Amino acid sequence: MAEKIKRSMKQDVHIWRLVVIMLIWFVFIGITKGSKFYSVVNFQTMFAQFPEFGLMSLGVMVCMITGGIDLSTVGVANVTSITMALLMRNLGNESGELAVGFIPVIFLLAIMMGAVAGTLNGILVAKCKIPPILATLGMSELLTGIGIVLTNGSAISDFPKTYAFIVNNRVAGIPVQFLIFAVGAAGVWFLMKKTTYGKKIILMGSSQNVAKYSGLKVDWILIKTYLISGICSALGGMIMLANYNSARADYGSNYTLQCIMIVVLGGVSPNGGKGKISGVLLAIFLVRALETGINRFPQISSYYISLVWGAVLLLVMVMNYFTDNHIKLFKKKAAL
Amino acid sequence: MRVKTNKLLKQNETYIFLIILALSFLIQIRSGQFYTSNNIVDIMSAMIVPGLFAIGEFLVILSGGIDVSFPALASLTAYATTKMFLDMGYEGSVFLPLVVAILIGAVLGAINGFFVGYLNLPAMIVTLGTASVFKGFMQGTLESKQLAVIPTGMKNFGTVALYTATNSQSGLSSRLPIAFLMFVAVIIIAFFILKYTMFGRGIYAIGGNESAAYNAGFRVKWTKFLLYVFAGIVASIAGIIRVCMMQQCHPTNMLGMEMNIIAGVVLGGTAIVGGKGTMTGCILGTLLIVLVENSMILIGVPVVWKNVFVGLLIVIGTIISAYQSEHSGAGKGNHKKKEETA
Repeated sequence: MAEKIKRSMKQDVHIWRLVVIMLIWFVFIGITKGSKFYSVVNFQTMFAQFPEFGLMSLGVMVCMITGGIDLSTVGVANVTSITMALLMRNLGNESGELAVGFIPVIFLLAIMMGAVAGTLNGILVAKCKIPPILATLGMSELLTGIGIVLTNGSAISDFPKTYAFIVNNRVAGIPVQFLIFAVGAAGVWFLMKKTTYGKKIILMGSSQNVAKYSGLKVDWILIKTYLISGICSALGGMIMLANYNSARADYGSNYTLQCIMIVVLGGVSPNGGKGKISGVLLAIFLVRALETGINRFPQISSYYISLVWGAVLLLVMVMNYFTDNHIKLFKKKAAL
Repeated sequence: MRVKTNKLLKQNETYIFLIILALSFLIQIRSGQFYTSNNIVDIMSAMIVPGLFAIGEFLVILSGGIDVSFPALASLTAYATTKMFLDMGYEGSVFLPLVVAILIGAVLGAINGFFVGYLNLPAMIVTLGTASVFKGFMQGTLESKQLAVIPTGMKNFGTVALYTATNSQSGLSSRLPIAFLMFVAVIIIAFFILKYTMFGRGIYAIGGNESAAYNAGFRVKWTKFLLYVFAGIVASIAGIIRVCMMQQCHPTNMLGMEMNIIAGVVLGGTAIVGGKGTMTGCILGTLLIVLVENSMILIGVPVVWKNVFVGLLIVIGTIISAYQSEHSGAGKGNHKKKEETA
């Protein structure tokens, strides 16, 4: 057992580092704002908040493991939430209610929309050979544009309240948003750990040529990756729709960068070929816990959050630099 | 002569130029307003800030990196400088604020340069992080808010016209601010650096193949560091000019420009992996984006369609340039990067 932990500590330095940062933060917040932070309500709120960007981060993660990136997550999310809001507005009756039976259909349609947008991204990257940054950047601009055209630039909030009511609900104390996130995360986990897909994308990220000459259908895997990312983003958009109770083309515009930050924090290499879903899940939670914790200090301006995030990202990158290059600041471990 | 035409046909710049020409004729036919003196002057003055940003971004992309922190960097420098001189009750010319802004910009750029050059971390992630830090510092520590008044020297710099064009039909007149000269100066300096200095040739070499550049004797780390300092300086100049031109300091309205600028640079034929691209292409690509953003209204396309068009432009433009590089004789699957002259 001890041997096992030792080995895992050596292999997953990134993950253990996150655990340590999180523990320090939890102890710190426990000492300073204990009763306010450690309450059931607070955790319920946190678990309802992080699924929206959490799902998008999972999408970015798979893309980044293949050596690409997805900058269109927010675009996909907003277009999905806008079209679904419009659809629900047409489906609902005068008093603003919607038959509960429609909700799964709506989700299915949202997933399909995400899949279509993701496939388009994938085709641009795999078949048209456009660098992923540009392809997804262009798609993001395009989708945001479509969102603006559909809404005329304003917010849509006059869709049936039934939707927000159901998604904002709690099942046995657990927020529905988190359940959706859990299903999505389990799906991605299953694909990465229990099917060959996970190993294939890691190989592709390390070297696309090797993957190609090993007989992998590189194009198809890429399309599949962006498709997964599209679905994740669409689900994230559906959660945003419920959390804000409205849809607009420019909601969550800072999530693009935040998702990339989370994924890098979680130990995924921006050059591809390296990364674990457990690290990303931890990072998602850490980012939320940091923000909620900072919000407990009213004297600290909420603008500091972006400073803290940037600083944490740079710090983790520098720490990874030292571990990856085997530079030890303290020579103690040299004997090992 | 034939060789020359052939070469022209292979260049991305030619196509971008033709697209710009076609677009301008389309606008002219639809509205009759494009080739009027005041519209041209308007477009020229709209080019100043995006153009400056594009030059910095172009150099960074050329070296194989990418910089998404420049809007935050420019906002922070512009705000800090304006606020400082406002608090001092400064009444002199624009020269001193400009120098201070350049110094701050150089320091902030050096932070990027240190992480990217000396620690060799991925440029995209580093600049994401620093952008976040700059923004947090500006809004949190400096508690930035909109400044409706700016020092008189800066105000004069923004209002003094280099040239005023009046449209005889509509009676509208447009001013070309003197800042346009700075834009031209930066273009010339960047062009000179790129073409005639070791530093500039080093940027091309590093973008083409970093280890080859190292083996050829380029100081890779130092060049990269210097490059980000230079990009920071250019971005801070753009930030100050923007404040002068708007006659007020709005801390957040530059944020979010990064994507369009990158799009413009890449549309101009700069390879996103680095090593290939020309200054002309960069300026033309930016001009195309500025045109689409400013002139859609002239052909009667509602403003809400703007993003759709920019998005389509990026997607189609990159498909074409990807197709070109795939079929440009380098052989299939062999992504050979050719160095081109600026």
